[in-house]
Amino acid sequence: MLDISPAEWTAILLSLRVAVIATLVATPFGIALAWLLARREFWGKSVLDALVHLPLVLPPVVTGYLLLLTFGRRGLVGGFLADHLGIVFAFRWTGAALACGLMAFPLLVRPMRLSIEAIDRRLEQAAETLGATPFKVFFTVTLPLALPGVLAGMVLGFAKAIGEFGATITFVSNIPGETQTISSAIYSLIQTPDGDAAAGRLVIVSIVLALGALIAAEWFARRATARLHGN
Amino acid sequence: MLRVDIEKQLGEFSLSAAFASEGRVIGLFGASGAGKTSLVNMIAGLLRPDRGTIVIDGETVDDSVAGIHVPTWRRRIGYVFQDARLFPHLNVAQNLDYGRRMNRLAPDPAQHKRVIELLDIGALQGRRPGKLSGGERQRVALGRALLSRPRLLLLDEPLGALDEGRKLEILPYLVRLRDEANVPMVYVSHDAAELRQLATQIVMLKHGRVTSFGGVKVLT
Repeated sequence: MLDISPAEWTAILLSLRVAVIATLVATPFGIALAWLLARREFWGKSVLDALVHLPLVLPPVVTGYLLLLTFGRRGLVGGFLADHLGIVFAFRWTGAALACGLMAFPLLVRPMRLSIEAIDRRLEQAAETLGATPFKVFFTVTLPLALPGVLAGMVLGFAKAIGEFGATITFVSNIPGETQTISSAIYSLIQTPDGDAAAGRLVIVSIVLALGALIAAEWFARRATARLHGN
Repeated sequence: MLRVDIEKQLGEFSLSAAFASEGRVIGLFGASGAGKTSLVNMIAGLLRPDRGTIVIDGETVDDSVAGIHVPTWRRRIGYVFQDARLFPHLNVAQNLDYGRRMNRLAPDPAQHKRVIELLDIGALQGRRPGKLSGGERQRVALGRALLSRPRLLLLDEPLGALDEGRKLEILPYLVRLRDEANVPMVYVSHDAAELRQLATQIVMLKHGRVTSFGGVKVLT
């Protein structure tokens, strides 16, 4: 099997930690936004929609640089958080999670939004006639029916987060043990003489993780269809 | 029991209806497109009238002048839709229990048993809606509405999606419901024969207007 060195394990585990935290923190925001975009009409909706998708089309280095300006030590938000709450993003793994979460957000929101849009609104009306407040309708009908889509979004977001490179390295650099994820470790290794074997091992790990995520997302999508048909 | 006096503009279509009824089963009769479903949706609170009042059991649930519009979930109505609309992620027992849970009503095993026997749905409890026939689905939908203990039951063409055989299967249950369940009903149909069997009073709708009102003889 793969003979993974301790340094490589460090990068793999850090990537997993960053991607898990990024996905878990982004999920509630993703669900709220997906619901808003799927179910509500409001002024500025198309602008919000574009903003959500922006990290997908913006050069990652631009996103990373903007994060540095905003959440860096001397940034507007970063300075406030560091001084008042002791939360520091710059050059920390938490910053990597922030960058990955932001970059993964469009991919995370999309399946959630599609699955909410696919739910028959008349089921939500039926719930209302049975005495459910809009809040209860969401938690007893909308969310359970959208659950496979929510999970698919989480898996895709996770897959994106674990492979994110450009925004992360721009924002938090490439510090082994702190901010060096699988991607930035591969980047360092291929610039090092004799780094090819180690880079190759990490490449295989990346491919396995990404493929696994795609298969899982596909499986959840199938579950969604079965769920909506009540079988 | 039910007093309606409303106006509503829906695109090109204008609906204007006024009637008051103490009948046990108010039959809302008219061709498709006459405004029956819109009117029932207004009674349910799913649509808000542009002008007018709706009073259910003495409570004003809509009054455009006073700015009253009681939301659907607080109207304590039961609504049986043409397409049943059972929750696909819940089994039959959970569907039946939904209204009781949402209204935070104490379990009432006697009522539960009575409704399940009345509709003959005891054997379906563990099944998912996808595994039910059209007639079974409609019976479960009736049970679900009844078990939320509504003060008014709205039935919008509950037999509309069923073939003749299935209709004859469900009709006796509806007759029993009328005679035993003690819940006033608004029954929407375009089928005069169906209403003659069930309704005690008829409101006839044509192009968004009430054209006649009275006993079942107005159907002839």
